[in-house]
Amino acid sequence: CNTTKRKENVKSHHMTPSNILQEKTVPLNGNSISQIYSGDSSSTTTGSASPVPNSYESLEGGGYSGTSLQSPPAGVPAKQAPPFGYNYPTMHPAYQQSPAPKPDPSPSHGGYNPPGYQPYSQVLTLLSSALGGLSGVSELEAETLRPMNLLQERNILPPKRAPPPEPNLSNDLRKVNCSPDTFRCTLTNIPQTQALLNKARLPLGLLLHPFRDLTQLPVITSNTIVRCRSCRTYINPFVSFLDQRRWKCNLCYRVNDVPDEFMYNPVTRSYGEPHKRPEVQNSTVEFIASSDYMLRPPQPAVYLFLLDVSHNAVESGYLNVFCQSLLDNLEKLPGDTRTHIGFVTFDSTVHFYNLQEGLSQPQMLVVSDIDDVFIPTHDSLLVNLKESKELVKDLLNALPGMFTHTRETQSALGPALQVAYKLMSPTGGRVSVFQTQLPTLGAGLLQSREDPNLRSSTKNVQHLGPATDFYKKLALDCSGQQIGVDLFLLSSQYSDLATLACVSKYSAGGVFYYPSFHHIHNTAQRQKFQKDLQRYLTRKIGFEAVMRIRCTKGLSIHTFHGNFFVRSTDLLSLANVNPDSGFAVQMSIEESLADTSLACFQAALLYTSSKGKRRIRVHTLCLPVVSQLSEVFAGADIQAISCLLANMAIDRSISSSLSDARDALVNAVVDCLTAYRANGSNIQPSGLIAPAALRLFPLYVLALLKQKALRTGTSTRLDERVFSMCELKSQPLQQIMHMVHPDLYRIDNMTELAALHLNDSVIPQPPLLQLTAEKLTREGAFLMDCGSVMYLWVGKCCNEMFICDVLGFPNYASLPSNMTEIPELQTTYSERTRAFISWLLESRTFHPAFHVVKDDASTKTSFFQHLVEDRTESAFSYYEFLLHVQQQMSK
Amino acid sequence: MEAAVFISSLVDCCALIFLSVYFIITLSDLECDYINARSCCSKLNKWVIPEMIAQALATVLMLVSMHWFVFLLNLPVASWDVYRYVKVPLGNMGVYDPTEIHNRGQLKSHMKEAMIKLGFHLLCFFIYLYSMILALIND
Repeated sequence: CNTTKRKENVKSHHMTPSNILQEKTVPLNGNSISQIYSGDSSSTTTGSASPVPNSYESLEGGGYSGTSLQSPPAGVPAKQAPPFGYNYPTMHPAYQQSPAPKPDPSPSHGGYNPPGYQPYSQVLTLLSSALGGLSGVSELEAETLRPMNLLQERNILPPKRAPPPEPNLSNDLRKVNCSPDTFRCTLTNIPQTQALLNKARLPLGLLLHPFRDLTQLPVITSNTIVRCRSCRTYINPFVSFLDQRRWKCNLCYRVNDVPDEFMYNPVTRSYGEPHKRPEVQNSTVEFIASSDYMLRPPQPAVYLFLLDVSHNAVESGYLNVFCQSLLDNLEKLPGDTRTHIGFVTFDSTVHFYNLQEGLSQPQMLVVSDIDDVFIPTHDSLLVNLKESKELVKDLLNALPGMFTHTRETQSALGPALQVAYKLMSPTGGRVSVFQTQLPTLGAGLLQSREDPNLRSSTKNVQHLGPATDFYKKLALDCSGQQIGVDLFLLSSQYSDLATLACVSKYSAGGVFYYPSFHHIHNTAQRQKFQKDLQRYLTRKIGFEAVMRIRCTKGLSIHTFHGNFFVRSTDLLSLANVNPDSGFAVQMSIEESLADTSLACFQAALLYTSSKGKRRIRVHTLCLPVVSQLSEVFAGADIQAISCLLANMAIDRSISSSLSDARDALVNAVVDCLTAYRANGSNIQPSGLIAPAALRLFPLYVLALLKQKALRTGTSTRLDERVFSMCELKSQPLQQIMHMVHPDLYRIDNMTELAALHLNDSVIPQPPLLQLTAEKLTREGAFLMDCGSVMYLWVGKCCNEMFICDVLGFPNYASLPSNMTEIPELQTTYSERTRAFISWLLESRTFHPAFHVVKDDASTKTSFFQHLVEDRTESAFSYYEFLLHVQQQMSK
Repeated sequence: MEAAVFISSLVDCCALIFLSVYFIITLSDLECDYINARSCCSKLNKWVIPEMIAQALATVLMLVSMHWFVFLLNLPVASWDVYRYVKVPLGNMGVYDPTEIHNRGQLKSHMKEAMIKLGFHLLCFFIYLYSMILALIND
């Protein structure tokens, strides 16, 4: 009866369009639009490409496949010529046949097409007119190209976290361009040809954080979502309007009609200004999609929790923390009246909970046949949260006590996952798995593969890949049924995360790992778990999502990184999408981009919100195309490059070997700096020369080599290594950069000087310090921000005022060794410090674990391992690394 | 005897040609988004072992009938098939893995491989045909 009710719900929701239209989409900012309709209900022009939409691929619209087109050979000489007085060589006939763009009224919209045989200077003038004046920009470029001898310049770290490089675009375009937090390219100047890209020896790719929490997002409700008819690109700020009735797609250059509805601008309430529409004014917009974008009525939010209740789990005490956290956040779970929830627990058997409305207490059903596990009853295992709230609360209160005396040490994770799949397949939704040990029973059982003696070996690390394809297959099944699986691993022993993580990796879930979790003995982990759960349970979620990334004709994406399943060449299937996951893609240049001055990238994420609305979030990024190697170097975004390299290195270490991956990373630096040296004739031959834009490259690569994921020689548990790999693959760029190269500040002597004044609080801005023990002094206290963990290192002779005012202890000796937070004291010192820390945390979604590290405590190794510029037993110091690179270059 | 060997290897070769064509068609279907990676890979993985056996059969036939040239021609292909099968990582779902086929240009290299094999099998086909006719005439 419950399911039929649900079905009716779904139906009524779906079948009355007025219902959908009347629901106000709350604009997140005042000036954006919430509702746009035109009076006429004209037929949509956005019908799917294929007549019968039988999959999400066709709903979202097929991508532009550039493969069918003849690619003209590169129009740039293979040999590098000096940057001036350089002519285009004889063009290949095919090149000249490339379609000439129509005369374009606006110079900045990609109408730039140098005819062949043009001297460089002329190209430059054209280019400068196309890019809206280079005068201010060339200075900036000169600065990013300034050669630096890395061996001599010690202080290469900027005083503050450096902002990403600004693409060299006209002001109009720059203003509307996508935020670098959402969308970043490793090269902000896109090279014209693959040959030029190869010459620069830098990877070309995008880093995306598409579902990021935004404070400002224009939401558009409109009958027609205007898209290019051939490549299905959404209309965006970088298209050009040929006249009032026609626009030219900036990705495939097709000329499209402007639909009638689009002529009306609901912001200004005027007619005939299509270029003032919000879609054309913002590079990040969200559309409320019509039923064209649905295969079935939008699914409700469905949450299933799969809890390990074996002896090991009970011992760690996570169940208490989890149940309490869920009880606290039950109201805040994203969803609407249709939200469903269910619980399954497992040890050597699988337990279900009947939460049917009307029962006096939850009813537990045990299935002990784990070889052929089945669902005991079909109706009331996933129940409407609203209707059965009391029962759910009862269950959550009772659960921690139910298994206190269990003797069951086995864990049948595989069968439990199989039933979770069976339970969820009719609707899709999110499965949260809490596991505390190696699965030992039933399908998907695993053996321990780690040899503790090899943890610190400098030779190859084995078992980085999965041991069985069971979890991968299950994940793909789940992905097909729109089920996302998130894995929380709370284990002190080896649990083969490399295999288990597959279940999340390919179903677009997330992996959380709490090594040696214990609710009493490990307070820092408990607090982190609590805060992570708080965020996890309440954060936004999108269901049955797909994402497609389109790029300008000529560019093509060949490799994807992140947690998802690549269903077809450019379509990522994301059963769940969450605001904390990042993605990366690698691209190649298949056709010369010589006939355009701008390259654009569009990521469209189609998802069902927790309120049952189908929405499309579209981000568009626009970057200039350049023809000179020096310009490519000038536009290099070193943070993005490092993140992409990290992703590539991890793929390499799994498919080939860890040492291969490490060598490849070093070679990336060597090749790139060699390419730079070969390019510039005017720089001194001695020393290790890098352009200013790439000065941090060796440092970041060294930091990567010292990451848990990629390091050798230092004792690293296999699970921790694999978790670090998962993090590097699925976190957004900011988070990865914090992990790879943490921020170090001295905070015991922060002054108001140069402080930031926000609202009424004063936030001091201590300068960033290099990650070396040289910068530490015994008299100081230093804060290290590693993204998911923060250390406050207190020196032996630290100012007692600081210890007293900020940490609340009289002197250094009385400081406990396991402090995990800063007390809220009413002193200026304390307020200033806390203001600074909370400012650091502002943009962060997961609360980091906090450790106060005393100089003499045993925990200090965990702090010192992040000082990447220092020498360790098995790894280079920064200076040694530079010498090594130099040596490799001279080979 | 000689003729029987070549007739059977001809049949074997036909089967291999059909398989290669099937691989190419399925892979290009994937390229054009007509089928998804999951079904493409499960289709193809089913035929990896039969292909390997057929190839091994041809090789062994040539070995036992002591046709050294054709044997040496077949050996690298057979060993490549075996190597490829043995080298599949534990966690992968077969030679063709749906989660990786779209990454790192794997689809392209699979396609290339299938093309090369098709060419090779066609070559073999004519060699067998010629040898068979020769054998029949000699009989």
